[in-house]
Amino acid sequence: MPSIDAYSQRTLRSFTVRRRVDAPWIDGFVVTASGKVPRVQTALDFRDCLGSVKARWDIGRMNYRVPPGLYAAGNPGIGSTVLVSANYKMSFDRLRSVLPGRDAWILVLDTDGVNVWCSAGKGTFGTDEIVRRVQESGLERVVSHRTLVVPQLGAPGVSAHEVQRRCGFRVEYGPVQAEDLPAFLDSGMKASPDMRRVRFRLRDRAVLIPVELVMGAKYAVLLALAFLLLGGVSGGGYSLAGVRTIGLKSAAVVLGAFLAGAVLGPILLPWLPGRAFSAKGAALGLVLVAGIGAWDIFRNGGVASWLHAAAWMAITPALTSFVVMNFTGASTFTSLSGVRREMRFALPLQVAAAAIGFGFWLGGLFAA
Amino acid sequence: MRYLEDAVTLEFIPERCDGCGMCVKVCPHAVFGMENKRAALADRGACMECGACAKNCEREAIRVKAGVGCATAVLAGLMAGKEPSCGCSGESSTCG
Repeated sequence: MPSIDAYSQRTLRSFTVRRRVDAPWIDGFVVTASGKVPRVQTALDFRDCLGSVKARWDIGRMNYRVPPGLYAAGNPGIGSTVLVSANYKMSFDRLRSVLPGRDAWILVLDTDGVNVWCSAGKGTFGTDEIVRRVQESGLERVVSHRTLVVPQLGAPGVSAHEVQRRCGFRVEYGPVQAEDLPAFLDSGMKASPDMRRVRFRLRDRAVLIPVELVMGAKYAVLLALAFLLLGGVSGGGYSLAGVRTIGLKSAAVVLGAFLAGAVLGPILLPWLPGRAFSAKGAALGLVLVAGIGAWDIFRNGGVASWLHAAAWMAITPALTSFVVMNFTGASTFTSLSGVRREMRFALPLQVAAAAIGFGFWLGGLFAA
Repeated sequence: MRYLEDAVTLEFIPERCDGCGMCVKVCPHAVFGMENKRAALADRGACMECGACAKNCEREAIRVKAGVGCATAVLAGLMAGKEPSCGCSGESSTCG
């Protein structure tokens, strides 16, 4: 920790109090022609990592932010590079974590705590916000050059020529991944074609699973609960025995279908058949229901109710299809018109299969 | 991995292109390439309609109906009787 003078201590305190943000990642200040600029640590500590894990599990994710404005990494001067980022703390952390040993300015835009790509899609990471932040921070007095390095995934919201026209700063698009930034800067701001491609590798997909689980869990649990309670219904009245057998098993299948869609869907995505996510999900559901059927026959020596077997053959793929279809939003390569096209055929099929299956399931309760 | 390709709304008007190469830089799926000092569609089917190319084309040589390919957003839009609205922050790790 560099020493912080009393004035900086006070500013730091007022900074954190005023913004109501605990900012232990600020370790000092750099004096510029536009005032004191907070300096950030470039090593992530335990709190930063814990924060990322929590955000991945959707804990306080929508309020995981950094106050917008200008920051310093290392000891930047008038010739140092200006890197633009979003005020989602995970985006900001990823950026500063690749900057050890470097002197740079970081201009954090106000994106409502949303990451670069998603906020660029909404336009909050955009031309207007860049121009506003450049002017508000007095950047033209802080640096002598007129170049901003904007992450490539910010481009859907940023018009480079507009930014230059309105505030005089030229936009240079950096690589997709922050980890490629050092190589990009060292090569005189040249990105290899590989650095410009967005991927969706296994680990990229796997880290999304927790949020998928958390966001879908309440619907899945409610649906499972409904099946559990309805399991007690029969022609002869309501029975707890029905809840314990049919209800419990049905609830387990519903939860199993949700888990398959939310966990196996993202993991197996490239290998599931079809291009439409709904088709991939349906395939997953069919495999699951075949497995459940086989296990049932193996364990119980037959199918207890053919109506219920038919019911799950329809309901399970409908559920997994729906869950995996909703993963389109988290993926990095689906288009809006493609999603609309697949939903036009998939949504009616999912609803019909679920309704018909539910009909069979109810029929099975009374036939038993 | 590739997605549905025939629904893509991307249009490129080569006559307007001045070869600045901005579209090649900003596209995350290498949809554009350079050919004889001008941009050219190299892989139109890979387009995800993020709109980065059109937004950064000073000559307005690119048209695309930009949006987010998110079923949840389309569904939310359907239920509200509006255009798709992306309410979540998304979580793609590649969102940097």
